[in-house]
Amino acid sequence: MSMFQALNKRYQLISLFILAILLVVVLPLLLDIFRLNLIGKYLSYAFVAVGLVMVWGYGGVLSLGQGVFFGLGGYAMAMFLKLEASDPITTKIQSTPGIPDFMDWNQITALPLMWHPFKSFSFSLFAVVAVPTLLAWIVSFAMFKRRVGGVYFAIITQAVALILTVLIIGQQGYTGGVNGMTDLKTLLGWDTRTNGAKYILYYVCVALLIGSILLCRWIQTSKAGTLLLAMRDKEDRVRFSGYDVADFRIFTFCLAAALSGIGGALFTLQVGFMSPSFVGIVPSVEMVIFAAVGGRMSLIGAVYGTLIVNAGKSFFSESFPDLWLFLMAGLFIGVTMAFPMGLAGLWESFVVTRWEKYRSKAKGSQSDKAALAGGLQ
Amino acid sequence: MSNTDFSLAIEDLTVSFDGFKAIDQVNLYIDRNELRVIIGPNGAGKTTLLDLICGKTRAAAGSIKFKNIELTKMAEFKRVRLGIGRKFQTPSIYENLTVFQNLEVSFPKGRSVLGALAFVCDEEVQQRVHTVASDVLLGDRLQLQAGLLSHGQKQWLEIGMLLMQEPELLLLDEPIAGMSAKERDQTAELLKRICNNRSVIVIEHDMDFVKRIASKVTVMHQGKILAEGPMSKIQSDPRVIEVYLGH
Repeated sequence: MSMFQALNKRYQLISLFILAILLVVVLPLLLDIFRLNLIGKYLSYAFVAVGLVMVWGYGGVLSLGQGVFFGLGGYAMAMFLKLEASDPITTKIQSTPGIPDFMDWNQITALPLMWHPFKSFSFSLFAVVAVPTLLAWIVSFAMFKRRVGGVYFAIITQAVALILTVLIIGQQGYTGGVNGMTDLKTLLGWDTRTNGAKYILYYVCVALLIGSILLCRWIQTSKAGTLLLAMRDKEDRVRFSGYDVADFRIFTFCLAAALSGIGGALFTLQVGFMSPSFVGIVPSVEMVIFAAVGGRMSLIGAVYGTLIVNAGKSFFSESFPDLWLFLMAGLFIGVTMAFPMGLAGLWESFVVTRWEKYRSKAKGSQSDKAALAGGLQ
Repeated sequence: MSNTDFSLAIEDLTVSFDGFKAIDQVNLYIDRNELRVIIGPNGAGKTTLLDLICGKTRAAAGSIKFKNIELTKMAEFKRVRLGIGRKFQTPSIYENLTVFQNLEVSFPKGRSVLGALAFVCDEEVQQRVHTVASDVLLGDRLQLQAGLLSHGQKQWLEIGMLLMQEPELLLLDEPIAGMSAKERDQTAELLKRICNNRSVIVIEHDMDFVKRIASKVTVMHQGKILAEGPMSKIQSDPRVIEVYLGH
């Protein structure tokens, strides 16, 4: 391993450590539980942004439909929580007690078959990861094996996002429609709406996020990571070196989908509902903006990008609700044009490079002194 | 079609682009351990022929057999795994990676996703990278970013990446394009060294270079094979002089 890589590795570890301190110690001390819960919500989006760093930054394939996988993970969790919240006693005023309220409003009289497995907590946890991964596999297998890529792939992912939104809104009786699944109260009897529960869920979210970053970092440093960079640069060379390029793309896309699904489930748990407004095209594009602002080549940058854009969104949409969307669009255009590597790129080119220069200078003057001392003797 | 002793046997190979027959009923046989040079004017179908062998272009008709295995319907990466290495006309290397990484990634292990995740750059791999790097005269450039190499060095690096895979058939498309006189000499030496234990097909325009390396030459013209034989015979063939050498 070269000097540069060793240095880079240490620098990466330090950045991750700083992020962990910020999330685990600093923010919980500074913020009240309402604000901290908001941060937790943003961090659930950060899973999507981290996945986008892998699939877009490293893999070179832009997906504009990551909201789909976020939503599927979120809905899988919401279905379990909704069933738990719809026990026959609480719902005894319904014409069919024991089924979710929105089903009753839509004249559905028995729990649909699709819903039955979600009575099991372990199945629901499995589904949080498996359902998004399966859909990602189907989409990416069909596309990448046919060598569809670039803009065409981005358009397909947009179409998937649109289709899923229409499906969820249209099938009101099965999905809760445009309102989504609301009034989620308990997880295995544990009330998730209390402050204590919110703290615990926040920490679970942070732990899983850091775990995901470590997993992605490990993939980046493996040969698979090098190959992703290589095929972004010279796809044919990789193919004619004996690799099935499509397999690596499919793997990365499924990984990003699985991470998004976990993020979605954590969103549902922390916010207490899930709705189609987190599935469609607009949220999907917003998530790409998080990754772009943070830096699409930096896993840690993606987390900061998510936090900063969302904090900005909360602030600006409170003060200037009409202007927010324009600001957001301006931010995206500005960042991609002026700083294509995002905040992480800025940080690296201004702070890190200067720090390295300063250090090598310091070393240089030390050796000068040593030489001088040697000369004096 | 019958099985043969040849390393590569191409029979009745045809491909057309929008009605234009780029390769027209070509038959070509390459022996084991043979170095064959293909020459011919622009548009003769030389590069297309290599594309067909490595799978970049699909054949319309005919057969390509490598070690008696039919290739025409096989995916590109599987052909590579059988032992076919292809060097492209413009150097195709990973500019953002170091020379070491370029060679390491080409090592034929960990080619599946899981294999690549579990791949460890152990003693054997490092040894091999160092051997190949000094073979292609890049032994002292291992930590350099590949994009910073000179044009000639990039060509060598790509040849080195192929050598990492120890291919049994090496397809080289204009390996000395853009090289200085000294680099050409070094490349000629390199080619002589690496064609031990493997068959090599070289496409080349530079006739001096062809004379230096070739024992047998195939001349292509308008998608067909015009002549085939030792260099001295080819040079005096009137048809070859008319379409190619005469200009």
